[in-house]
Amino acid sequence: MTTPLLELKNLKIAYGGINAVKGISLTVNPGELTTLIGANGAGKTSTLKAIAGMVKTASGDVIYEGESITHQPSYTIARKRLSLVPEGRGVFPQLTVEENLAMGAYIRNDHAEIKTDVERIFAMFARLKERRAQTAGTLSGGEQQMLAIGRALMARPKLLLLDEPSMGLAPIMVQKILEVVREVAATGVTILLVEQNAKLALEVSSKGYVMDGGEITLADDAKALLTNPKVREAYLGEAA
Amino acid sequence: MNAIANSVANLRSNPKLYWVGVALIAISLLALPFVLAMVGTAWVRITNLAILFVLLSLGLNIVVGFAGLLDLGYIAFYAVGAYVYALLASPHFGLHLPWWMILPIGGFVACIFGILLGTPTLKLRGDYLAIVTLGFGEIIRIFLNNLSEPLNLTNGPKGLATIDPIRVFGHDLSSTTRIGDFAMQGPLKYYYLLLIILLVVIVINLRLQNSRIGRAWEAIREDELAARAMGINTTRMKLLAFAMGASFGGIAGGLFSSIQGFISPESFILNESVMVLAMVVLGGMGNIWGVILGAVLLSFVPEVLRYTAEPLQKMIFGKSIIDPEVIRMLLFGLAMVVMMLYRPAGILPSSVRRRELSRDE
Repeated sequence: MTTPLLELKNLKIAYGGINAVKGISLTVNPGELTTLIGANGAGKTSTLKAIAGMVKTASGDVIYEGESITHQPSYTIARKRLSLVPEGRGVFPQLTVEENLAMGAYIRNDHAEIKTDVERIFAMFARLKERRAQTAGTLSGGEQQMLAIGRALMARPKLLLLDEPSMGLAPIMVQKILEVVREVAATGVTILLVEQNAKLALEVSSKGYVMDGGEITLADDAKALLTNPKVREAYLGEAA
Repeated sequence: MNAIANSVANLRSNPKLYWVGVALIAISLLALPFVLAMVGTAWVRITNLAILFVLLSLGLNIVVGFAGLLDLGYIAFYAVGAYVYALLASPHFGLHLPWWMILPIGGFVACIFGILLGTPTLKLRGDYLAIVTLGFGEIIRIFLNNLSEPLNLTNGPKGLATIDPIRVFGHDLSSTTRIGDFAMQGPLKYYYLLLIILLVVIVINLRLQNSRIGRAWEAIREDELAARAMGINTTRMKLLAFAMGASFGGIAGGLFSSIQGFISPESFILNESVMVLAMVVLGGMGNIWGVILGAVLLSFVPEVLRYTAEPLQKMIFGKSIIDPEVIRMLLFGLAMVVMMLYRPAGILPSSVRRRELSRDE
């Protein structure tokens, strides 16, 4: 059995007495694309933010590369090559595409390699290359999402946390973005993907967790979840 | 304005012309006080005060322009620096420490005050931060006004007088030196000292802007959560902005103390904070050259008016119809309206700010 890259152990998050996440455990294996699906308010975003050190955990443990990072600040965690692409993309709207990418490499000092990495990102996202001198705020939603992912890749992450990359995008763009996620995963980056679009997320992932009301209700291979009647009924909009 | 930007870019690409330009500016800056002294020593004094305001604006620009934290109480740090200088180099406590010791101390104490203000306001932004900083500025001024009892620390509203002038190698900068027929007065000497300090501050600012710190501030200004996701320690960077801005203010305050020889809380009212902010905004937040231009304009125009408005009216109408102060406010209001309409990002906006404001057009 491989040692997991990330492991959550009975993680609880509370906002002023309200329990958003009620003790969840999950594992993300290296090189795999794992997805966490669930409805609005299930606690998915809180979970990601807790992993990245952006919200305080009430109890439980976050273990990354065999080390507890539960109480470490976000900037320390980011330095361990764990990158979060925040919900709603969070690009720097008035900076150009190139400046955004450069900001993604903030934790790095190897200037020559940063340059080649920018070109690598441009090779991956041709659309971004065309708009390299444009400000991020003038890009379409899909392009901004690509930029947000590209920017996170600039940190050369071992683990990439993606918070609803399909949010607010046109259906055709949703397909495209999840295709991008699959491509990134194929380059060897381990990904934990949070999505509301359960079908597409499960299709690109190898393992899936279903979250509901702050708890994990189902955990299985992504393929198995796709055919699971409970999932089909609740998240894929099909009659059981 | 684009034409200017283009010609500057052309100059950059032609190193010979560029250095000729730099040399011309240097020579005119060196010769400036002598020309002004011919008109009247008062103008050299006004120029010195203008340089102090440029220093202040550059300090505030770090907080407001670079890090995007609106500070309406910035003059408090100027006050702290000024009082530190006055207390350590005046008969009030009988202390007469040398200026090269006090100026850094003043900068350091102001820096501590910057962190004191920054720490509880870390989570605030925009209007909320503005209100807290405004309150902070007033608190400092009120303290200065009232810290005369039971222990007389600040001498209250009466202020502190006979503050030591700066002495360079024992030479009193406020004294008049005679070279043949020419009398080199105190303000002229201070001008050169201020010019050197200004140059150092400008270089520090330029370096800061393009450093990792400058980029971190830019990220925080744009999107704080995303900045954290980039691995930026936003807490430390925001405090650093407050601390650095405050120390520049403190050093400017110390210089003010030594030049004036007298300070009182009246010099550090809210109006002054607003004035410095207006300089930063008018010139172009975030752009070092714009900020300098804004400070120079807002320092000189009122003085020029003071000296020209009355004689001009007397010449034309035979009597003074409008008080110069009224004309000043009139022009100020007019300038604001015109700026809002035509150059909302300032006279020389920073490239990023220009984008921010032109995006919705």
